[in-house]
Formats: sequence, structure tokens, C-alpha cells
Amino acid sequence: MDPLHQFNIERYGEFHLFGVDLSFTNSSFFALLAVALVVGFLGFGSRKRALVPGRMQSLTELFYEFVAQMVRSTMGQEGFKFFPLIFSIFAFVLTSNLLGMFPYFFTVTSHIAVTGALSLMVISVVVIYGFLKHGFKFFKLFAPSGLPLALYFVIVPIEIISFLARPFSLAIRLFANMMAGHALMKVFASFVIMLGSAGAFSVLAILPFLTNTAVVGLEFLIAFLQAYVFALLSCIYLSDVSAEHIGH
Amino acid sequence: MIVFFDTGKAAEHAVEAPGKIVVAVEHTSGGMPQLDFSTFPSQIFWLAIAFVLLYLALDRYLIPRIGGAIEERKDRIADDLDMAARKKAEADAAMLAYDKNLADARAKASFIAAENRAALDEQLAKETATQEAELDKSAAKAEKQIAKARAEAMKHVEEIALDVAADMVTALGNIKTDPKKLQKALDTARAGSAAL
Repeated sequence: MDPLHQFNIERYGEFHLFGVDLSFTNSSFFALLAVALVVGFLGFGSRKRALVPGRMQSLTELFYEFVAQMVRSTMGQEGFKFFPLIFSIFAFVLTSNLLGMFPYFFTVTSHIAVTGALSLMVISVVVIYGFLKHGFKFFKLFAPSGLPLALYFVIVPIEIISFLARPFSLAIRLFANMMAGHALMKVFASFVIMLGSAGAFSVLAILPFLTNTAVVGLEFLIAFLQAYVFALLSCIYLSDVSAEHIGH
Repeated sequence: MIVFFDTGKAAEHAVEAPGKIVVAVEHTSGGMPQLDFSTFPSQIFWLAIAFVLLYLALDRYLIPRIGGAIEERKDRIADDLDMAARKKAEADAAMLAYDKNLADARAKASFIAAENRAALDEQLAKETATQEAELDKSAAKAEKQIAKARAEAMKHVEEIALDVAADMVTALGNIKTDPKKLQKALDTARAGSAAL
């Protein structure tokens, strides 16, 4: 009962391109499933465009407004061009996280490759947009104006390090949360089985069982929270460069 | 002979190598599957496909649709609120006009009433005066008639008194006399007392 077995990548179909292994795997399947679910849910919910929304339409609009509010509160109306990106990130991460809560389902976001790629994409957008909008004033991000000269020797290295740490913290936070939570659930579930088959002590199996029930609840919270944190931090990083004046 | 194989490959090896005891063990490459870099290109490749699909669907299709519905509703509500505000303003204006009309009508009514009352009073006074004058006139006429009647009555009283006196004189003193003589005597007596 290896608690890490659930994270194994299983190849469903071999596919090589220019000698690189791009096989269709359980990760690919669940990533596409998440996308299909999001598109299906939003498409189905908004099919009527009713003036007075029904239940499904209310849900889609709630979802939409939730993300829109997040974007508005961090970047203002100016940053609304990033809304589709943030919406995609939030919807994808949330759906992947929640899909992982099903037994025997694969959690796409429990892999550093996926979270790392997502966070690198966010940081790339930040850097590219920052340079497009501000040119070389982008570097003012590391040197906020209005400080005594002596402080710049301290502040600038700190700012650079913190900027470079962003993609890592963004990626590792999500991946570690997902992996640790799922491993924990698996470990407690193993305890239930081990204790349950331990003869006279099998009554004790109720203890890890109850704990696991609580952990599952917690994991649902974390699944939502980490998606929210990922999207919110993306918003905040983008808001640094989408502001009219950088480094204030 | 006992051979250990990965779970996935155990079956095919069992076919390949009959007679051997094949034990399937879980694949333990040692460490986390997350750090198996050979799976990275595939994961990232398919993630990119999935994410681009999601982004395009949201950006081109779903966000305009959901956002459009929300915007439409907001516009509609704003329009309705505007309309309501306008209607309220209109109602307020109408109410004001109504109040003004009512006040005007009241003022006019009280003016007309006052005017009517003055006219009535005037007419009443005139008629009263006419009536009073007429009454006075007829009263004077009546008084004159009464005075005349009284004078006449007094005259008759004298005549009757004289007649009675003459009769009494005739009856008492057997003196033949007539009222005319008595009248003369009376007049003389009156003149005498008047001279006193």
C-alpha cells in the first residue's frame, strides 16, 4: 500500500514527437476531463441567457462574479484583460483539485510539472506584459522609489530574490498541498484496513476512519482554497505590472 | 524459480515464462512519481493543450455569454430604475399641479362665495329698506286714518253729548231746546274759559 502509488503516471497511449515522449496518460486524461467539465458546466448553465436566471445559470454567474470580483479588487477595471486568464487558471486548478477528491481519480495538480508549468506561465505573462507596458521601467519593480539611497543596497536584492521565488512558491504551494493531502488520506485509509483486519483490535479501526472523514472534509476546503490562492496570487503578481506606475 | 516483476508487466511475463512462479510487486522506482522527469514533457504538453482549449472556450465563447447576460441584466435594472425615477418625478409634478389646482379652486370658490355673500347682503339691505319704507308709508297712512277716525269719532261724541244734553234739558226742565243752541252756549262757555 504505497501512498504515493496514486501519483503514478500511467501511459494510456504511446505518442512520441521528435523523440520526446508525449504519451497520453492519466494526467492528460484528467486535465482534458477537467476542461470538459468546466466548459460543459459553464456552457450548460449559460445556455438560456435568461434575464431571471435559473439555478444553473445562477451558479455559473456566481462562479463568474467570484473570479471577476477577485480580478477587480486586485487589478481594478484596468486589469480586466487578464480576466479570461485568471478565470481559466482558477477554473482549471479548482476542477482538477476537486476531481482528485474522487477515489481512484488522478490529481493533475499534485504534480510539480503541472503546477510549475502553470506558475511559469503566470510569471512569463507578468514579465512580458511588464516589459511591453513599461519597457525598462519594469526594473523599477525591484527598486521602489522614495527610499533613502542606503536602503537600496538592501531592498533591491531582497526584491529580486522575492520576485525569483514567486514561480517556485506558487508551484510548490499547490503541488505540495495536493500531494500531502492525498497521501495523508491514503495513509489513514490504509490504517483503517490494517486495523480492521487485526482481529481483536479491529474495533480501533473506527479511529483512523473518523480521522479520515475529517481529513476528507479538510481536503475539500484545501482543494478550493489552493485554487483560490493560486488565482489570487496570479492576480496580485499581474497587478504589480498592470499598474500605471510601477514601483510605488 | 521465483521471479519478481512490476504489476503491469507480471502478466505478460507469466505468459512468456510458464512454469515460473511470477510474483507481482508494485513498481517502486524509489521516491516520488512527481520527480520522475521522464513524464514531464508529456504532462506539460497535454496540460498546454487542455489549458489552451479552456482559455479559448472561456475567452471566445463562455465569458462573453455569461458576462453578456449579467451586463444585460444590469442595464435592464438600471433602465428600470431610471424609468421608475422618471415616473416618480412625473407623479410628483402631477401631485404638485394637482395641489396647486386644488388650492386655486379653493381660493376661487371662497372668492366667489364672498362675492355672492356681498351681493346678497346688498340686495337684502335694499329690499329691507324698500319694505321698511313701504311699511312706514302704510303705517303713516294708517295713523292718519286713525287720527281722522278719532277726530270724527270725537266730533260725533260731541254731537251725541249735545243731543243727550238737549234731551236731558228737555226732559228735566221742560225747556225746549235744541242741540244748536247748546252748541252755541258751549262754544261761548269754552270761549269764556279760554279767556280766563
